[in-house]
Amino acid sequence: MTGAWRKGAGALLTGLVPVVLALAFSTLTLLVMGASPLRAYGSMVFGAFGSTAKFTDTVMAWVPLALCAAGLLLTFTAGLWNIGIEGQIVVGAICTTWAARAWQEVLPRPVLLLALLLAGMAGGGLWGLLIGALKTYGKVHEIFVGLGLNFVAVATTNFLIFGPWRTPGRATMSGTALFERQAWLPTFPGQAVGPVELVLVAVSLAVVYALLRGTRWGLSLKAMGRNPTAAHWLGVPIHRYTLMAFAGCGLFGGLAGAVQTLGLFHRLIPAISSGYGYLAILVVMLSGYRAVGVAPVAFFFAAITKGSLQLPLELQLDSALGGVLQGVLVLFVLLFQGVRARRKRWAQGE
Amino acid sequence: MKVELQGIHKRFGPVRANDGITLTVEGGTIHGLLGENGAGKTTLMKVLSGFLAPDAGRIVLDGEPVRFSSPAEAIARGVGMLHQDPLDFPSMPVLDNFLLGRPGGLLPDRREGRRQLRELGAQFGFDLDPDVPVAALTVGERQQLEILRLLSLGVRVLILDEPTTGISAPQKASLFATLRRLAAEGMTVLFVSHKLEEVRDLCHRVTVLRQGRVAGEVEMPAPAGDLVRLMFGQEVAGVRRGTVAPGPLVLKVEDLTLEDGRLCLEGVSAEVRAGEVVGLAGLEGSGQRPFLRACAGLLRPRQGEIWIAGERMTGQPYARFLAAGVAYLPAGRLEEGLIPGLTLTEHFVLASQGHGFFVDWAAARDRAQARIREFGIRGQPETPVEALSGGNQQRALLALLPPSLRLLLMEHPTRGLDVESSLWVWERLLERRRQGTAILFSSADLDEIFEYSDRIFVFCAGRLTRVLSTSETSVQEVGEWIAGRGEEAACPLEVER
Amino acid sequence: MDLGFAVAIVASILADSSPLVIATVGETLTEKAGVINLSLDGTILLSAMTGFAVAYTTGSLWLGFAAAMAVGALVALVVAVASIELRLDQVAVGFVLTLLCTDLSSFLGNPFVRKPGPSVPHLPIPGLSQVPVVGPVFFDHNAVVYASFLVIGLAWWWMFRTRPGLVLQGVGERPAAAFARGADVRRLRYLYTVLGGALVGAAGAAYSLSVKLGWSYHHTYGIGWIALAIVIFGGWHPVRAAMGAYLFGTLNTLGSLLQGVIPGLPTQVFQATPFALMILVLLLVTSGALERALALFPTGAQRTLRRALRVSAPAALGTTFEQE
Repeated sequence: MTGAWRKGAGALLTGLVPVVLALAFSTLTLLVMGASPLRAYGSMVFGAFGSTAKFTDTVMAWVPLALCAAGLLLTFTAGLWNIGIEGQIVVGAICTTWAARAWQEVLPRPVLLLALLLAGMAGGGLWGLLIGALKTYGKVHEIFVGLGLNFVAVATTNFLIFGPWRTPGRATMSGTALFERQAWLPTFPGQAVGPVELVLVAVSLAVVYALLRGTRWGLSLKAMGRNPTAAHWLGVPIHRYTLMAFAGCGLFGGLAGAVQTLGLFHRLIPAISSGYGYLAILVVMLSGYRAVGVAPVAFFFAAITKGSLQLPLELQLDSALGGVLQGVLVLFVLLFQGVRARRKRWAQGE
Repeated sequence: MKVELQGIHKRFGPVRANDGITLTVEGGTIHGLLGENGAGKTTLMKVLSGFLAPDAGRIVLDGEPVRFSSPAEAIARGVGMLHQDPLDFPSMPVLDNFLLGRPGGLLPDRREGRRQLRELGAQFGFDLDPDVPVAALTVGERQQLEILRLLSLGVRVLILDEPTTGISAPQKASLFATLRRLAAEGMTVLFVSHKLEEVRDLCHRVTVLRQGRVAGEVEMPAPAGDLVRLMFGQEVAGVRRGTVAPGPLVLKVEDLTLEDGRLCLEGVSAEVRAGEVVGLAGLEGSGQRPFLRACAGLLRPRQGEIWIAGERMTGQPYARFLAAGVAYLPAGRLEEGLIPGLTLTEHFVLASQGHGFFVDWAAARDRAQARIREFGIRGQPETPVEALSGGNQQRALLALLPPSLRLLLMEHPTRGLDVESSLWVWERLLERRRQGTAILFSSADLDEIFEYSDRIFVFCAGRLTRVLSTSETSVQEVGEWIAGRGEEAACPLEVER
Repeated sequence: MDLGFAVAIVASILADSSPLVIATVGETLTEKAGVINLSLDGTILLSAMTGFAVAYTTGSLWLGFAAAMAVGALVALVVAVASIELRLDQVAVGFVLTLLCTDLSSFLGNPFVRKPGPSVPHLPIPGLSQVPVVGPVFFDHNAVVYASFLVIGLAWWWMFRTRPGLVLQGVGERPAAAFARGADVRRLRYLYTVLGGALVGAAGAAYSLSVKLGWSYHHTYGIGWIALAIVIFGGWHPVRAAMGAYLFGTLNTLGSLLQGVIPGLPTQVFQATPFALMILVLLLVTSGALERALALFPTGAQRTLRRALRVSAPAALGTTFEQE
């Protein structure tokens, strides 16, 4: 009995140590800036949960993060680094915007919203497919392709906002013209968040979980990620599944972009992705690349991100502290895993 | 320098590579080290040259016991090894390779290096251009460079590991002349090889290793038969499990030529019929592996044609080969066939590609359980494959093969297995043979090849040098063919790099 | 276009590219030893901010550069420990560090945004800078630009003309062979990773104190990734990497010029082009299209061309090496 307790306590301890270290690091950073850590953390908690509006804002941040993380589970399982997720969000948003501007007068609301979401997914999916194709046939590492295409996507967004989709006579940094009301996702009365986004998150996580655990395709991805040679030997079509993984992740990224456009901003703005793609990568890393942990970790990170927006208002600190906290947490978790693995190797007398 | 190895033991997991080897070499002699693959020759020499630390035993040089913690230390004490694939730097020029690693100040003295290279080269008749990248040299020239380098560092014990693999005849003659001269000047030379003719030609004394132990020591000159007997053991009467009349043509290759990393295959033509068992004999790196992988569809030949059951399969994707009833069993169980981290059930699910999109895990587990029982695998459906023993991993690999096959290609089907598991594996294989599957397998164990094959393909230096019918030959004859009797060709691809 | 204008353009290209040159040479050394420091973009941002902040606060440019180099070395040390000691995935660690350092630079750099600060003074070399054409191009710059020239020369000299440099080449190409010749592969990997990191740190300071003065949100965003791509493009050779950096600088400058000349072209094209180019170049290099293009040339020319364009990764890049 004590053995199990000790093991459990040990696991909890090793799980907590990186968190403690991360907090220590960010506290140090705050002290360097001459700020009070307690006030800063308090301000962040307030910023995330301080009022109903703030809470729903956190939820609204959670949605794209969880969607992207769901998609990234596919690529990470296959052993691929889809840094291009940022671009997939952006392209999804662009496609949704284009579709909204084209169809918002024409289609009845339910059909319109469905079409807009699909347009976003299609855009993200194709953008992901592009990365996959360049990797499979051009043999360029997906990191460089993904990053490069991210920048291209952002530049395209800027071009569209300041160019063809510019609203004459308005300050254009705030993006394109607002969509008509029927192109807005429905919300709960008086809130910013609505049922559609929540359902999408639940469905996405469920779908990814089902794909990875319950299908041959998901199992094949897992095999590819662990041992591509053996997977090939067993008959897994590696090239085809790589493309599918990238496209699949792109679908979720594009959906996130669509949700941002339709549910939050109701137009296309330059910073439409808000860095959620990169953050989702951190979320997946921290969840141990498993679907189960994604929702809570994503919520935790969304709270940090939203909370940190309070800092410039109350304490004249840059909100990037949230990113610092998130980054340093993942870093310490990684380092700790490395230390544990090394200890195990030494115990086995390597 | 007199070299003594006393009671050297070295294990890699359960494998005893060196099992108490004692060996003495007098200074100024050329001593041959003969044996099959896996006999322990290379391991022993790596111990002597500082690459490996022995588990037990000691090394004595000129009466003084020494211990090396790195190859550089060994060189400092005068022991240098020329590896079969020289440890050099292909993209860097010859001169830099010559100089790299020498102790000295900040600036290498290139002029001095050139002078040494030229002079030493002239002494031995080697002509090396200092400014050419090593990748452009032939294997023979790379060896020459490495020999010169070791000489310039003042080694007094020179170990050569299979030096004549892949060099031309004139280069070989030049090498032998060099070695004789060095020995005459007091160098101790250890010549590791599997080639009987050369060992008999060059060495003063020969030690034969077999399965990690010294099988015997022979003073040269001695008849080849003595050496073969020591290397391969006594002759085994050709016992086989019944005959099956060969059926229609299953595999036909013509003039197959290809490269697989550093291994190569040149101009191989052969035919195999249904129900035949063919053993591929030959030492590691002679071409069996590229041959098997090409016939399985995993490698694309540079030249030549492959037909499976009359259908032209050259250049077709792997999936087509699988569909045509061809299967390949890789030698590297965890590297090439099994996926660490996945369970047995998951492997069986993966192997049944095209059986539907969704996986019924309960049914899959039952099916896995049935397979486990059928193949006698000691493990559960949820056991991750890396937790299985080697023998059980092999059983798992066999269990992953489709039920009926036209052609089964296997690398080392019973490597690392105990006798019981090996017998069991062959029972299953012979069952398939009765159903009409043609089986090709490579093995380092001549006994196994003789026990089960109808015909034997002998591979040497990338060529299929001989096709023998098992009932019409003997272990001794096959051993001689493996050791290089008759024409021998250097691997032609080294010339154009 | 008259000669004076062209000379001025070339001089400005050399000056504007100097930080990128320093960064790519530094990362080339690191990768030559076999370690990928993927945190480059974040490190450059963080060290640019640090360099500016320290120089601004203390008034000393030297301290600013020193602080920036220390930051670069520190981040690289984390990468080194993670890869060499802990055998973690270099891509994962590098990526996390990029995000972390980027956010750190935004947070800590907040008070310094858009503050006018010190800049490296112009330092024309007396006499030489008067020489027609060559003078203004090479000898009419500030200390940072001269340093960038020096870095190229030093790196080349070190790698190809000294004994330890030979060992470095060997370690990257074939650590087992280098070890067999007495090289302490682990120690060397640490050394070159940290050294490369210090150079990257210097490059960051070179941005905020010389080329793109001051500090602002995401001041040099994206340049670290371009540097990583140039290392590949340059075939892990310091001089070729530097040439890649200058090429990139040239394209950038041409882009700005064109922007003025062709009114209809949207500015975003120029924001996107560096990265599209990066993909294109890598595509050429890794996909084998280069090989196929080479095959079109007569065999004699092929050999020389191939030698000039030889792009082979240090064979052991990104892998772990177990020293027995």
